[in-house]
Amino acid sequence: MIIDHPLLGPRDAAEFVYKGDAALIDRPDWQAEDAADKFHEYMYLRDNVAGEMAELWYHEHGDRSWLVVTRNTLTHKITSVELARDVARRRGRGK
Amino acid sequence: MTRPNRLNPGLTDRARPLNFSFNGRNMMGYQGDTLASALLANGQRLIARSFKYHRPRGVFSAGSEEPNALVQLRRGAALEPNTRATVAELFDGLHATSQNHRGSLEFDIMAVNDLLAPFLSAGFYYKTFMWPKAFWEKLYEPVIRASAGLGRLSLQPDPDVYDHGYLHCDLLVIGAGPAGLSAALAAGRAKARVIVADEDFRPGGRLNSETYEVDAIPGHDWAARAWAELLAMDNVRCMTRTSVFGAFDHGIFGALERRTDHLANSGGKPRQVLWRIYSRRSVLCAGATERPIAFANNDRPGVMLAGAVRAYSNRFGVTPGQRVAVFTNNDDGRRTAADLSALGVAVTGIVDTRLDEFIVDTTGRKELKTVLTNAGRRIEADCLAVSGGWSPNVHLTCHQRGRPTWRDDIAAFVPGPDLPPGMAVAGAANGAMTLAAALAEGRAAANAAVRDLGFAPSRKPVPRAEDEAFDIKPFWHVKGHKRAWVDLQNDVTAKDIRQSHLEGFRAVEHLKRYTTLGMATDQGKTANVLGLALMAEASGKTIPETGTTIFRPPCTPVPIGAFAGRARGRDFRPVRRTPSHAWAQENGADFVETGIWLRAQWFRHPGEKGWRDSVDREVTQTRRSVGICDVTTLGKIDVQGRDAAEFLNKIYANAFAGLPVGKVRYGLMLREDGICHDDGTTARLGETHFVMTTTTANAATVFRNMEFARQCLWPDLDVHLISTTDAWAQFAVAGPNARALLAKVVDDLDLSNAAFPFMACAECTVCGGTPARLFRISFSGELAYEIAVPARYGDAMIRALMAAGKEFAVVPYGTEALGVMRIEKGHAAGNELNGQTTAAQLGLGRMVSKKKDGIGSTLSERPEMNRDDDLRLVGFQPVDPSDALNAGAHFIEINDETPDMHSDLGWMTSVAHSPELGHSIGLGFLKRGADRMGDILRAYDPVRGKDTRVRVVATHHIDPEGERQRG
Repeated sequence: MIIDHPLLGPRDAAEFVYKGDAALIDRPDWQAEDAADKFHEYMYLRDNVAGEMAELWYHEHGDRSWLVVTRNTLTHKITSVELARDVARRRGRGK
Repeated sequence: MTRPNRLNPGLTDRARPLNFSFNGRNMMGYQGDTLASALLANGQRLIARSFKYHRPRGVFSAGSEEPNALVQLRRGAALEPNTRATVAELFDGLHATSQNHRGSLEFDIMAVNDLLAPFLSAGFYYKTFMWPKAFWEKLYEPVIRASAGLGRLSLQPDPDVYDHGYLHCDLLVIGAGPAGLSAALAAGRAKARVIVADEDFRPGGRLNSETYEVDAIPGHDWAARAWAELLAMDNVRCMTRTSVFGAFDHGIFGALERRTDHLANSGGKPRQVLWRIYSRRSVLCAGATERPIAFANNDRPGVMLAGAVRAYSNRFGVTPGQRVAVFTNNDDGRRTAADLSALGVAVTGIVDTRLDEFIVDTTGRKELKTVLTNAGRRIEADCLAVSGGWSPNVHLTCHQRGRPTWRDDIAAFVPGPDLPPGMAVAGAANGAMTLAAALAEGRAAANAAVRDLGFAPSRKPVPRAEDEAFDIKPFWHVKGHKRAWVDLQNDVTAKDIRQSHLEGFRAVEHLKRYTTLGMATDQGKTANVLGLALMAEASGKTIPETGTTIFRPPCTPVPIGAFAGRARGRDFRPVRRTPSHAWAQENGADFVETGIWLRAQWFRHPGEKGWRDSVDREVTQTRRSVGICDVTTLGKIDVQGRDAAEFLNKIYANAFAGLPVGKVRYGLMLREDGICHDDGTTARLGETHFVMTTTTANAATVFRNMEFARQCLWPDLDVHLISTTDAWAQFAVAGPNARALLAKVVDDLDLSNAAFPFMACAECTVCGGTPARLFRISFSGELAYEIAVPARYGDAMIRALMAAGKEFAVVPYGTEALGVMRIEKGHAAGNELNGQTTAAQLGLGRMVSKKKDGIGSTLSERPEMNRDDDLRLVGFQPVDPSDALNAGAHFIEINDETPDMHSDLGWMTSVAHSPELGHSIGLGFLKRGADRMGDILRAYDPVRGKDTRVRVVATHHIDPEGERQRG
């Protein structure tokens, strides 16, 4: 596969380490009433998507960017690649 | 000897005769021959024995689809089994032998299997080798093992070199037959970057094997001219002997180039290159493969595909027989007869199913003698050219789950609508079965691709050629009660397919696995469609309803050696050496692999009988005076920024925000699920500057997780990370004389206990100005420091330290002594931090701060992970001091007779011989361990046959109060 890195252009997937569902960005609030349940869901309950899925890839043999790659798990077609930091801020993980 | 089958030179080079041998017989061929064409020229028809029945077999095809003529090439370590004679290029001195027979090829005693055929039908393994159970190991398995496979490996290391390579192009053209040449010319003329690859050593595809004309010259001459034009273009890379074997995601293709297989000696050059080709567009021009018709005894040497007969006679000038009959369901049969007649070969009969005549049986044990038709004709023939039609080579179109679609007019599967992105298909591979159509499709596909990429297509017209007749009326199988072969390589007959259907294995994927149809080196290239047709017939369905099996790469065999490339032996993976490596080598170190690092394990002194002598000496001398160990391999991460302290507070389970500048703290890292991940120390060199160490093994994953936390979880913290593992050489200096030694190399830094106490750190200089970092931390439990210098000074540093330590009789120590001392001190390491343990189990439960949010802190509070009756890390000593403990032993109560899941109390994780205590010591996890101090248990070790009484003690075997490290 080829991942079109937003800063570095097209790079071979072999340069990356795969982590999984981009929902891992949404780490729960540790002080919430139901923090234990929320962390349990965060850690163990994942969707196994047959189709388009947002995933985390790490450019370990490159610039160390974490990326959110939107990829169709049936065809491997990649429709978008973003810096995970931008996605995290958009999802409200900024200060 | 005479070679009556050699008609003319064909496209071989008469001026370059080549000597070779087959089964010890010396033979002659010419440059441009394959082993198969040269064997046929020499009248060698019997070439192999079939897989299951050991039936005599000869050459069946003229290409990579060959199911029969598998041979062993070369000898000694270079021996290569299961090579298809039809694609093996002849070279002077080639040594070839047949395989898969006991006794000689002519008299194979395993041919008795042929008489047992009624018992060896589809699924006989599953039915036969069931009972009695006791027979399995003693009888069935050895017999099956002896019969399995075809050729034999040399069992010696492969003497050849294999390489990997990477190529990029705008357009990849797969195949250099008429469609491929036409496509490559069009794209090359449009100035696109083109790669054109063909598996043959002579480009041209079927143009070399037929008698067609292109642009009013013989087709093979036109192909040679086209290739010359392509070779002259800077923007075109022309690759022969290159098989594109897989179509992967996003325009990436795998290709195997055979670079020296056609030479007697590689001369040390890479034998094969595994290419990864990155293409923006591709055109598949892989042509088509002819398939046979199934009829009784259709596997005799001399029965051959009609297209192969034309290839041998037209291209190689070799007739496969002196009296050739033809059996066909399409116009190719007539063409074969015409070509042979033109060459003066006797054609003894044509059997055309379209005229309702078909072959019902054949005779001739080791070579074909006669064929018999339903019309009562008995035709004398030593070669039968069979054509059941052509199957487009759709394999690469299906590697991304595409399914081919059926076309009735050519009775074949053609590429379906779901092609790999960027791929077009042209020529026979696309079902364009005639020459003019192939040339036109190749050009059109290439022009469309380059236009799509922004190039201006060339205006040059398509090469001129005729559309030959191509009429086919499907005919698959002559019904009868004798065996009719469908898959020659796996000895699958029409009856096996009917039986598979009767026994319920009706889905094509089941049919394949039950009968082995379409498996092994040829992947059923000649057999699959015929097998599907027979299954369709048996089930009353159509062929498209029956469907095809999934096509997976590689579509042609690729040696494991090519996949391995240079990554074998010492080069299997890179080696990292520490800065003191050369010095350690000079001083008698034995090295151990830790990950990809090489670390000194111990330093052998003259007169020491074994490693224990060296390790005991290193530990004793370190604890008595001073020792030095290279600890560069520990991961080092530079953490800087205004929010660095806050960030570390989130990364570690224990608090770091309050760590004063100039101090070091031990840190425990959890995974988000609450299990311990790693530990180490972090030093605060400034308000906004920390230096973290990780374990050697987890250096990469800790850094990765920290970047994840930094970018994905807390993206607005002002903090930056750099891995500096390779930038700093670091040495532990441990022992009562450590301070005195360091005082001699450290410039202007007060090392007194008051000024530089336990867990202090500072930036300083050594040896008159070399920048350094000093940390007063101790893994050994002694008064100890770690001194770091830029890696380029590492070699000088170890030499300076050893020189300064001479007066204290300093010793270097390796990883074993390091391990002994950490076990003596009860520190957890990899054996304890094994990805399954909690902080509570390690006795570090109180370190996990509940006042802050750290990775893993919430889930580490789960009740199951904090049970009082859980495992705890404790120490162990043998009751009898002369007993040696073993890691991996399980603990059971002293009066328990039966070690099992219920009586299991835990296990020993680490053991060492303590020279100071004079006996073996251990660490391990024990249920309710903290409550069992002083108890005596059995350490039960059935693997090593040991059963030792042990006493539960504290983890700190030595200096429990830690007075030495604070002194």
